[in-house]
Amino acid sequence: MDDFLAARAQMGVSLGFHIIFACIGMVMPFFMAVAHYNWLRTGDVCYKNITRAWSRGVAIFFVTGAVSGTMLSFELGLLWPGFMKYAGPIIGMPFSLEGTAFFIEAIALGFYLYGWEKLNKWFHWYTGLLIGLSGLASGILVVSANAWMNSPTGFIYENGRFSHINPWKAMYNAAWIPEALHMILAAFVATGFAVAGVHAWMLYRRKNTDFHLKAFRIAVSFAAIAALLQPFSGDFAARSVAKLQPAKLAAMEGLFYTQSHAPLSMGGIWSATLPASGSDSIVYQLRYAIEIPDMLSILVHGKANAIVTGLDHIPKNEWPPVGVVHVAYQIMVALGILLFLLAIISLCGVWKYRKWMHKSWFLKWHIIAIPAGFLAIEAGWTVTEVGRQPWIIDHIMRTADAVTPMPGIVYTFYFFTWIYLMLSAMVIFLLYRQIKMVPVLYDVVPDKN
Amino acid sequence: MLSIVIIYLYLSLLLYMLLGGADFGAGILEMFTSSRNQPRTRRITYLAIGPVWEANHMWLIIFIVILFVGFPQIYTTLTTYLHIPLLLMLLGIILRGTAFIFRHYDAVRDRMQTVYNAIFVYSSFITPMILGMIAGAVISGNIDPNADHFPDLYLKPWLNVFCFMVGLFTVALCAFLAAVYLIGEAVTPYDQRRFVSKAIVSNILALLAGIGVFLTSHWAHFSLWQWIFGNLVGRFAIIAALISLGWLWYGCIKGKRKLLLRVLACFQVTMILLAVGYHHFPDFMVLHNGEHISLFIHRAPDTTIDALAWALLGGSLFILPFLIYLFYSFREPAQADMQ
Repeated sequence: MDDFLAARAQMGVSLGFHIIFACIGMVMPFFMAVAHYNWLRTGDVCYKNITRAWSRGVAIFFVTGAVSGTMLSFELGLLWPGFMKYAGPIIGMPFSLEGTAFFIEAIALGFYLYGWEKLNKWFHWYTGLLIGLSGLASGILVVSANAWMNSPTGFIYENGRFSHINPWKAMYNAAWIPEALHMILAAFVATGFAVAGVHAWMLYRRKNTDFHLKAFRIAVSFAAIAALLQPFSGDFAARSVAKLQPAKLAAMEGLFYTQSHAPLSMGGIWSATLPASGSDSIVYQLRYAIEIPDMLSILVHGKANAIVTGLDHIPKNEWPPVGVVHVAYQIMVALGILLFLLAIISLCGVWKYRKWMHKSWFLKWHIIAIPAGFLAIEAGWTVTEVGRQPWIIDHIMRTADAVTPMPGIVYTFYFFTWIYLMLSAMVIFLLYRQIKMVPVLYDVVPDKN
Repeated sequence: MLSIVIIYLYLSLLLYMLLGGADFGAGILEMFTSSRNQPRTRRITYLAIGPVWEANHMWLIIFIVILFVGFPQIYTTLTTYLHIPLLLMLLGIILRGTAFIFRHYDAVRDRMQTVYNAIFVYSSFITPMILGMIAGAVISGNIDPNADHFPDLYLKPWLNVFCFMVGLFTVALCAFLAAVYLIGEAVTPYDQRRFVSKAIVSNILALLAGIGVFLTSHWAHFSLWQWIFGNLVGRFAIIAALISLGWLWYGCIKGKRKLLLRVLACFQVTMILLAVGYHHFPDFMVLHNGEHISLFIHRAPDTTIDALAWALLGGSLFILPFLIYLFYSFREPAQADMQ
């Protein structure tokens, strides 16, 4: 592995782990705040126990999210100094505002975890909600920096120099809203179904039924509502990509020929075949895909006869790795559809047919869905990041030009991959222990205070 | 507006040293505590820093964000040539932060606690050590962008005796800060006496390491003596630090009020940073070829500096009252949410 690939891989691994920790740390406080609210309103001690159990999860994920985020704020410079030298001042606003939001989150967490029986109970509840709100703000802001790499704006680029920098304009770039919306909903879907799935598992094993049933209902309600909204934000995001980054869209769909009445391809393998004889141009095509005629044109531009740009209009040296992007995109969409369907079943079970929550088929489906949302998030980020290649700033700077001159990155890549794997193993181990201890810690109903 | 950004840059560094440094120090003290007393120290430490420790480490993030938004060239010079120590520091931050939380939130108390404790204390020692080495590399002018070989480019600037001494000095200062803070947190007279003696020992070690820094600076080919004492502010800062040191020792032995002791300890560290930073200002770092990297010159365009200043001022309106209220609320040892 050469250093450039190692640097990309290290960044990918760091982001890949951070996104999971950060999503859970961002979304779980909302579940916790709802459980806490129910306790304060109804006085049902079971809700207090759920709140406390979840608050430990929040603490664990906040710290892993915080340290992996600190790591990333340095890695931007450690791995991509050529990028940060110019991009730092342009995309500084989302980062500095995110710093503020992150700080508030840390303070709120201090109040919340240590404020039991010390603070006014509604102020205490509010600090719990504030963890979620400021975490959400951090997430939205930091996506703006990524969106800027996809739709760079707020500067003039001439002869290799950036001038007339407007950091506010850079922050409000065109890709921000679609990307942030899609990401936030995804965080709710993934975390909600993962948390709900764990509680479903415990229900399936007939443990602490009341505790897990109430916890399941809160988590799954968030997840299901977000999953039902997600296709709309996905459509919004895809239209934005079609407009801003036609090469990425073509790679996502595996579309080679620019055409009207473009079909929507599902599945399929991107292949390059050498010509039989004579001509020297390689033939690219998507094989074994199921095609829905006209659908891509309709989805992206609203008309069947609208023209969708294919890879044949993109210079070959500006193609992203099409195979990877296409597969990742198909995985994301497939998981999204499955979770959409599961969401309908979940809502029926929670709101209408409550008996379902005791049926093993219902619980099994939710157990299977534990990793689904996170797999979809990882696939989605693969589409965004690999799909932008070979650019680090779309059509301004190539990733290869931004990489650090320091050799030997491949060793730090192996080392930090190992660290992240160990860290994740530790987190899973701790969560396993938390769940195992639920009967001991929360089964005895303490006196109401 | 540039001056506001620079003030925030140094302020966040100072606060990271005073608050985050004390957190590191708590781990260092735990390392040098007899195994009989370790559980007591651990408990006092946890109750004292638990509610505020996340916030304490945010100052590093604020510092680094100001640096890469406002002074991108300085940031990328650091991240390029000090790549290895920065990675080691990050490793320390990751291990320490997670071990601190894991040992508290592991629902089962068993031998895993020994693992968490070991990770926590060692990374508490190593992280400020590396931080000090990075600081040493930044001020000593050993970073050489024109060098040809890997060791000259990426190892020599920070892997030398001088930087090592600065690292030890930083570690001793962190331990000293933590010991002084913890005097006020200890409930029993026995623990108070323990922390008083630890404060004094770490202070002596800091003095020795400080002398070591001066002595080794000759090997690093730059005159720290001239640097610190060559100007009025430097002389004043060192004298003020020494006076406050005497006062602090007197206060420790006489059992004076904890707030006074804390203020004096913070004052000393502030004076040290002032003495180091003043001579150099507005330069942030020196390169091997003698080039001075100035905050006034190597900075982002005005529009970015203005926006950053407004963001910092606006952010402070939200953060500072809330943060002060956090410290106020938990001024007495907190009740942890789990016994």
